[in-house]
Amino acid sequence: MKTFRSMVLVSSDPISMKRGAQDVFDRLQAEIKAYGLDEEVSLAMIGDVGRHDALPLVIVYPEAAVYGPVNAEDIHLLVDEHLYKGRIAVDLQASNRELSGKIAWLNTRKGTLPAEQRIVLRRAGIIDPTNIEDYILHDGYTALGKALTESTPIQVIDEIKKSGLRGRGGAGFPTGTKWGFVAKEKSVKKYVICNADESEPGTFKDRLILEGDPHSIIEALALAAYAVGADEGYVYIRGEYTLAQERLKLAILQAKEMGFLGQNIFGTAFNFDLHVHSGAGAYICGEETALLESIEGKRGQPRTRPPFPTTHGLFGKPTLVNNVETLANVPPILLNGATWYRSFGTPSSPGTKVYTILGNVNVTGLIEVPMGITLREVIAIYAKGMKGGENFKMAQTGGSSGSIIPASLQDTPMDFDSFGKAGVALGSGALLICNEDTCVVDLAKVLLNFFRTESCGKCFPCRIGTQRAWEMLDAIASGRATLKTLDQLMDLSVNLYNLSNCGLGQTAGTPIKDILTYFRAEVEAHIRLGVCPAGVCNTKEAVH
Amino acid sequence: MSTIKSLDDLSRIREEVLEKHKAKAAAGQIEVIVGMGTCGIAAGARDTMKAIQEDIQNNHRVGIIVKEAGCIGLCEKEPIVQVVIGDRPVVNYGKVTPGVARQILADHVAGGKIVKNHVIIL
Repeated sequence: MKTFRSMVLVSSDPISMKRGAQDVFDRLQAEIKAYGLDEEVSLAMIGDVGRHDALPLVIVYPEAAVYGPVNAEDIHLLVDEHLYKGRIAVDLQASNRELSGKIAWLNTRKGTLPAEQRIVLRRAGIIDPTNIEDYILHDGYTALGKALTESTPIQVIDEIKKSGLRGRGGAGFPTGTKWGFVAKEKSVKKYVICNADESEPGTFKDRLILEGDPHSIIEALALAAYAVGADEGYVYIRGEYTLAQERLKLAILQAKEMGFLGQNIFGTAFNFDLHVHSGAGAYICGEETALLESIEGKRGQPRTRPPFPTTHGLFGKPTLVNNVETLANVPPILLNGATWYRSFGTPSSPGTKVYTILGNVNVTGLIEVPMGITLREVIAIYAKGMKGGENFKMAQTGGSSGSIIPASLQDTPMDFDSFGKAGVALGSGALLICNEDTCVVDLAKVLLNFFRTESCGKCFPCRIGTQRAWEMLDAIASGRATLKTLDQLMDLSVNLYNLSNCGLGQTAGTPIKDILTYFRAEVEAHIRLGVCPAGVCNTKEAVH
Repeated sequence: MSTIKSLDDLSRIREEVLEKHKAKAAAGQIEVIVGMGTCGIAAGARDTMKAIQEDIQNNHRVGIIVKEAGCIGLCEKEPIVQVVIGDRPVVNYGKVTPGVARQILADHVAGGKIVKNHVIIL
């Protein structure tokens, strides 16, 4: 494989194409050839990167210079300045416009911790989680009291709908709509469930909320129960989270004592009881229907949908399942109103998102920032840059069920819609930041190893597909694969997505699709040259 | 504490707690708060907590309330200890080993001198 010193990317979304991205691409190709740089510079098209103000875009790596809007006439200058002379063509650079919707607040930061926007974590680490008084002092249970005494369930659901809150577990389904589905079911018995089976590798936001602020989840579940007409709830906590379980159980006892749980809460006719159910270590039980099976005492395997849990959930009754972070957003929304909540984040994804940062960066940890911040900002501001000044190569989002985000997408606002358009997923909020010493094949192999062992085995595309995908990746890594393997692998990732019964199998193909889309050259190097460009894989295991 | 039957009950209790806190602050109440999330514990917060309790006992320090809190998400700086003395500004310390904890108790809590090289600004 050729090694390229520079990579040039041209945006190819519909708007860019309309504005002449193809001309730009052709001219780039011609100019690069004219300068004799075609051996050194690679040229490719990329999808939507979320900069709609400056299309078509040309992005040049490793400098990550963003040019736009670029005409075919500008190309000569761009190639001459940047690629030939090696300096950034300042005149053509895209305006340094705020890349994400809300960023002015960054200027207000002070000290070592840049200003975050803490909504769900506002009490974590501040209050004593074992003391209900501390929670009450910080506006605790006020939202519940107000809702029960002053609002109807319909009004509560409307407020959540208006706030635009979307599920924080990964899929981003509108929360208010889901509540509406359960509320309109006619059933004497309904359940609300908090999904705290946070098993995505690298994600620990839910643990932090439960350990630092357990009462907020109790309050949110009571609110959800009131809104949808349920009188019983479960918190399904991952088995390894013993401290979170302890603290939540204690919090439930305290809440019962003070009358926030039980009969006639706040003197109204509303009754609500809450149980804690411990998981036993299966990744699949974070999938909502497998979670229901597990609570029912059965083997944790996903159900076939439809019917959805909103109509036939726990014990066949209408059931609402929400993620911890989603629920933690509910009391503040009801306390401060939907308009207040919409002032954070982007119009399509209001509010904040909790991210856990890990990998080759200077500062790891957990942040809560508005939706729509970009990966570049997260790395530069919160992670304090790459460790040892290395180059950023890619990020893996959302534990294992997210996407691999190449450096070319680091300016895409991180919200559900922008990521969806760019063809990647936000996942549950873990950001594994990788430098150039990380091999994409090795990374995908690790992820598929996780999926093949965690596949529950119910449906064959996932059970066999994840195993075969891992074997193929292993073959590539150890130099036993052929180029045909890549086609088979791509095929398999499509089949995993289309045929699997639940999210596990559907997302298992994502890392494969991502590495073959964004890092094809690096994958092929393993096969064509028998070399791992990052120096991770031992491709000499087998003889060609 | 009594059962809450209305919003008024809730605000009454909040007032009571607030009064209690104010009274404590006015009386120069000393609170030492250790971040005890799983991450803090993994970084050694239990040892820090133990050292603080032992130090208080061994040196017969009185009037100090030792509390635990969750994690604030600053994993790099764990274990984190917060010192609140009356109504003075809160001081946060990062990477508090048992040794540093003893130093904080001796210099800051007893002596009123902030241990500058371990302070983190949140």
